[in-house]
Amino acid sequence: MTDVLAITEHRRGELRDPSFEVITAGRELADEVGGDLHLGVISGDVDAFAEDLNRDGVDAIHTVDYGEEFNHDVYAQAIPQLFEASSASILLMPNTVNGLDYAPAVADDLDLPLVTDAVGLEGGDVTEIIREQYGGKVEATYDIDSEAFAVTVRPAEWPKAEGDGDAEVAAADVDIDEDAIGSEVTGFEEVGGGDVDITEADVLVSIGRGIEEEENLPLVEELADALGATLSSSRPIVDNGWLPKNRQVGQSGKVVTPDVYIAIGISGAVQHVAGMKGADTIVAINTDPNAPIYDLADYGIVDDLFDVVPELIEEFGGEAPNL
Amino acid sequence: MKILVTVKEVAEVEDEFQISGLDVDESYLEYDLNEWDDYAVEEAVQTSEENDDVEVVTVTVGPERSEETIRMALAKGADRAIRVWDDALEGADYLSTEAKAELLAAVAEEEDPDLILSGVQSGDDANGATGVALANKLDMEWAAVVNTLDLDIEGQVAHVHRELEGGIEELTDVQTPAVLTIQSGINEPRYASLRGIRQAQQKPLDVNELGDLGLDESTLESDIERTSMYEPESEGDATLWEGSPEETAGELANFLRDKGVVDG
Ligand SMILES: Cc1cc2nc3c(=O)[nH]c(=O)nc-3n(C[C@H](O)[C@H](O)[C@H](O)COP(=O)(O)OP(=O)(O)OC[C@H]3O[C@@H](n4cnc5c(N)ncnc54)[C@H](O)[C@@H]3O)c2cc1C
Repeated sequence: MTDVLAITEHRRGELRDPSFEVITAGRELADEVGGDLHLGVISGDVDAFAEDLNRDGVDAIHTVDYGEEFNHDVYAQAIPQLFEASSASILLMPNTVNGLDYAPAVADDLDLPLVTDAVGLEGGDVTEIIREQYGGKVEATYDIDSEAFAVTVRPAEWPKAEGDGDAEVAAADVDIDEDAIGSEVTGFEEVGGGDVDITEADVLVSIGRGIEEEENLPLVEELADALGATLSSSRPIVDNGWLPKNRQVGQSGKVVTPDVYIAIGISGAVQHVAGMKGADTIVAINTDPNAPIYDLADYGIVDDLFDVVPELIEEFGGEAPNL
Repeated sequence: MKILVTVKEVAEVEDEFQISGLDVDESYLEYDLNEWDDYAVEEAVQTSEENDDVEVVTVTVGPERSEETIRMALAKGADRAIRVWDDALEGADYLSTEAKAELLAAVAEEEDPDLILSGVQSGDDANGATGVALANKLDMEWAAVVNTLDLDIEGQVAHVHRELEGGIEELTDVQTPAVLTIQSGINEPRYASLRGIRQAQQKPLDVNELGDLGLDESTLESDIERTSMYEPESEGDATLWEGSPEETAGELANFLRDKGVVDG
């Protein structure tokens, strides 16, 4: 038997979606290798979490009632103990910001080969893991020649598990050495408030690194004006300080669901896509026909934005700025 | 105080490319300093400018070609650089997180830094795992995805913000020595000045082979093997408008009018 242990995630009292996605991914893998699916729930209101996580396909839930919020030193101590106690050989973790804050340490402690950000998993004699590289332009497969391994799975790649389960829920016998806790979470802060709420917009003109220079921004501002749209952006534009943080679309920015999202000079990196894939209609303007944004787009123009956008502005009676 | 910064030269793929074997064909790759490492270098250099007696050392696992990138980091203000490479690495077709962390840990053990900064991820492989694995090997504390750093050198605490999903930051105190993985946007990386570029040529850049670090080829062994690389079949069914910019812009304009986004 090759059991799978999947680790769940919560924040400020709520389970996060990847918790339910690792159940689906874990169940699939457990079926392929012929084993049970165990879940680990660490910190917070573990009993309430366990109740919610008890979904179809889960065999056992191990709770560790220690502390309120995520602390990687607690996770890094608890998970190896859960792994050994559950006699699992496959460790599944979410490829979230917090997942990446403990998974490499846990894999190292357990001496497990680690593959991160999996978008596909196939069990068998050897497990094959699919991941993206070079900003999503290619995919690669990795064979793991070991029964025991660790993998983190990309958020939103697997559907969330549903249906009631009848897993056995039990408090795990885990020792946490307080002296080995060298980090302390002292609070949270929300960022990105401000004048404009891009989540409310029906039409977003969104600009990415393709704009090259801050001096070129008036071009897309003019387009947004002509369309009566709101201007948003990918991360590098905000990192450069060209637009405020409240304009950033993506994993660490805002999740938007406009009727129309016009992505201009944006490659469509996974962390960007996390924020805009729910748009009703997606239009991309990008010189690179292989840019991942075209996997998502409904309409596209494979051309230089500096040629196309001025034409568009004129279409709507505006005047393209002289750059 | 000494800050060690892990610096990687990453490959970027041109718009049109071909795959040969298990990787994108070399002729379609362009190399550059990893975006996230650029922010890590800047954070280290700013710390050295704000405090007395801070030495900034970079460490890179990479072939001779990567020295161009390393010189870039030196030009931006790092004091010296270490590069790890040898024939065994040249021959290895896949370097696992574990192996990378092991190589970097061997350098860190010799250097004994008070702080290690690395990028959150590399733009090409995007494993996002090396920094935390390195911390664990060194028995140091760590924090991943740091977008604000307030270092209390005396008190040996790094007050950091970790950027979580959905516009929320976690405030965390981490005991140093520690490894912090640096998120883009934490600062404004400087351009290398001409003077900096000239000075960088004079700065020490040491090359270490596995043996110099007390390691051997077994460090590179891994149960993980890359077995294929391919262009994913486009899942999309985008309608691509073709023609001159005037024509394509016209199509998009018509579409937006039909949609009722704009009238007239
Ligand atoms: C933990 C973490 C969280 C992150 N959170 C976010 C987030 O919330 N939001 C976000 O956006 N990113 C986020 N990122 C960053 C993300 O990985 C990418 O780096 C980023 O989305 C890339 O932005 P981009 O598409 O604008 O730039 P690039 O990837 O550089 O793409 C630029 C595109 O412009 C095209 N282009 C260039 N010139 C032209 C031209 N003249 N005309 C037309 N097209 C042109 C190019 O072909 C390319 O496709 C995060 C990363 C990490 C590690």
